[in-house]
Amino acid sequence: MDLTSALVLAGLGAFHGLNPAMGWLFAVALGLQERSRAAVLRALPPIVLGHAGSVLITLALVSAARLAAPPKLVSYGVAALVCGFGVWRLVRRRHPRWVGMKVSRLQLAGWSFLMATAHGAGLMVLPITLRAGHGTAALVSQSLLTTAIHTLSMLAATTALALVVYERLGVAVLRKAWFNLDSVWAVALIGAGVSAALT
Amino acid sequence: MALIQPDPTFYPSAREAMAAPREELAYVALLDATGEGRPDGLATIDLSDGSVASVHDMSVPGDELHHFGWNVCSSALCPYAPHPHVERRYLVLPGLRSSRIYIFDVKDDPRHPKLVKTIEPETIFEKTGYSRPHTVHCGTDAVYVSALGNVDGDAPGGVFTLDHDTFEPKGRWEVDRGSQALHYDFWWHLGHDTMITSEWGTPNQIEPGPSLELLVGREYGHRLHIWDLTKRRHLQEIDLGDQHQMALELRPAHDPTKTYGFVNTVISVEDLSANIFTWHLDGGVWKAQKIITIPAEPAPADLLPEPLKQFGAVPPLVTDISLTLDDRILLVSCWGTGELKAYDVSDPFDPRETGSVRIGGIARRDPHPASPGRALNGGPQMVEASRDRRRVYFTNSLYRSWDDVFYPDGVSSWMAKVDVADDGSLTLDPAFFVDFASDGRRAHQIRLQGGDSSSDSYCFP
Repeated sequence: MDLTSALVLAGLGAFHGLNPAMGWLFAVALGLQERSRAAVLRALPPIVLGHAGSVLITLALVSAARLAAPPKLVSYGVAALVCGFGVWRLVRRRHPRWVGMKVSRLQLAGWSFLMATAHGAGLMVLPITLRAGHGTAALVSQSLLTTAIHTLSMLAATTALALVVYERLGVAVLRKAWFNLDSVWAVALIGAGVSAALT
Repeated sequence: MALIQPDPTFYPSAREAMAAPREELAYVALLDATGEGRPDGLATIDLSDGSVASVHDMSVPGDELHHFGWNVCSSALCPYAPHPHVERRYLVLPGLRSSRIYIFDVKDDPRHPKLVKTIEPETIFEKTGYSRPHTVHCGTDAVYVSALGNVDGDAPGGVFTLDHDTFEPKGRWEVDRGSQALHYDFWWHLGHDTMITSEWGTPNQIEPGPSLELLVGREYGHRLHIWDLTKRRHLQEIDLGDQHQMALELRPAHDPTKTYGFVNTVISVEDLSANIFTWHLDGGVWKAQKIITIPAEPAPADLLPEPLKQFGAVPPLVTDISLTLDDRILLVSCWGTGELKAYDVSDPFDPRETGSVRIGGIARRDPHPASPGRALNGGPQMVEASRDRRRVYFTNSLYRSWDDVFYPDGVSSWMAKVDVADDGSLTLDPAFFVDFASDGRRAHQIRLQGGDSSSDSYCFP
């Protein structure tokens, strides 16, 4: 993996971590509910692991497809899938319904997995992985490395934001600062899909 | 179209919502007083001077509009179902008698709401199995609507949901209703994934008017039901005592870390008093404790309607309560005696009365300061507090067939306002009096533009 790919992956990780809908806001809410910073920090690992699980599963599925199908076909397939998902995210608003405010760590990880999957977190990362690597061992190591870089960056962004909002800013900041990342997200997906088609 | 920033009327916490700009408009449901073919209306009131900005007549008569609500509200900021870039722009107005639901858009011209969708009764019947929609709350994942009964007008009543975007009915909410059969109001403790529901009576019990037989037989509702909000299962019932007939409005603390709230019972068959209970979570078990008893007031029989003559007293008939966003002041409507009372409930188990105004009333007919010589009927009924808790608006009609029993001369409708001082005392605003006498219809629920003390719920303390 080259440096550019690693930086793009880290950037996407930070972007995902920045999105309140991906989990740091949930961690802040749980902290406020218990009035405890420890509760904020306790909530973050399951959230980040759920997100990483979603990314890894997406990469694993496409790796399997790459072992079975010609590279061009996989590239165009991924491009169509990622673009199509981005368009769908633009037109369709969804209100996920699963857990409430009282959640176990397992539920929190599951919620994060669903949110990441429903938003296409893994799909956005996918085109980066099409650039290099063939064969089972290469694909496995590349998927793991990709997930690791993305996840570490997401963890850093989400932890920093959760703590800054919990300790300093307060949730009132959301009213002005919570830009509609869903639209940005959808556009990013379409851009990632286009880049997959071009590489 | 999704917004770029969150809807400016959404607030993460009730505390922050108290700093919202002052409300400029109120939306008020008007119901046809005669039942002779005139449609109900949605009035828009300019709160700067109490003038009527517009009245939109419904498409057909016979709806009996009651407790309406917003499509979305501050709960859209809740972290487990975040979608804050939707707009608080639609009012969802259920017809309690017709089972028809109207969707009004207030965005483009807030002074003239525009009807954009009508859900016909048959759609509600078919998709939910319920009828007589009564109360609307904007939930985190859907619009929730309570219904008093099934399609035949009998028990069970319950809750159904509407899709946030399309307003199509999604179906019955309850997965397991346990012992619950009667239904009235519902609200929730979002921080604890708990729903509370209350009991009035079935449509067939209440639509003909109040029944002395049902009352003496203690057959109106007197229980609260506790539900798992996410699993949609009945967890527990709390019986307030069958002497306490008609457990109506539920006002949970707005702070989501708190686990208590208030409910009013309309009339005690033992002494005609009205009572207010605090429900609370105690070691994993929900309990209720009576905290306020408002006694009946003696009155000469010749001033009383037929059903009350034998008692020589006016029951307070507490039919609505409202809790300010700081969870400090509980407003209590005594529709029978014509009194609006305020209590400091900072300690929810030890309320302290802080204010009272008198207007209307079955026997007293107190005037409004705007027109000191004019006897008024009806009494404080639907009550709504502004987000900053400094102003409280209220109307005087309950429910057509019940209005006419307690006020046989026919409720001539009005809307009034009180100012709430820092110490919780109340003063009628002499300059604010909306007189619906010339319209002839009766004012019921009030919703304030941008939200009020009973339309939003919050996930952050």
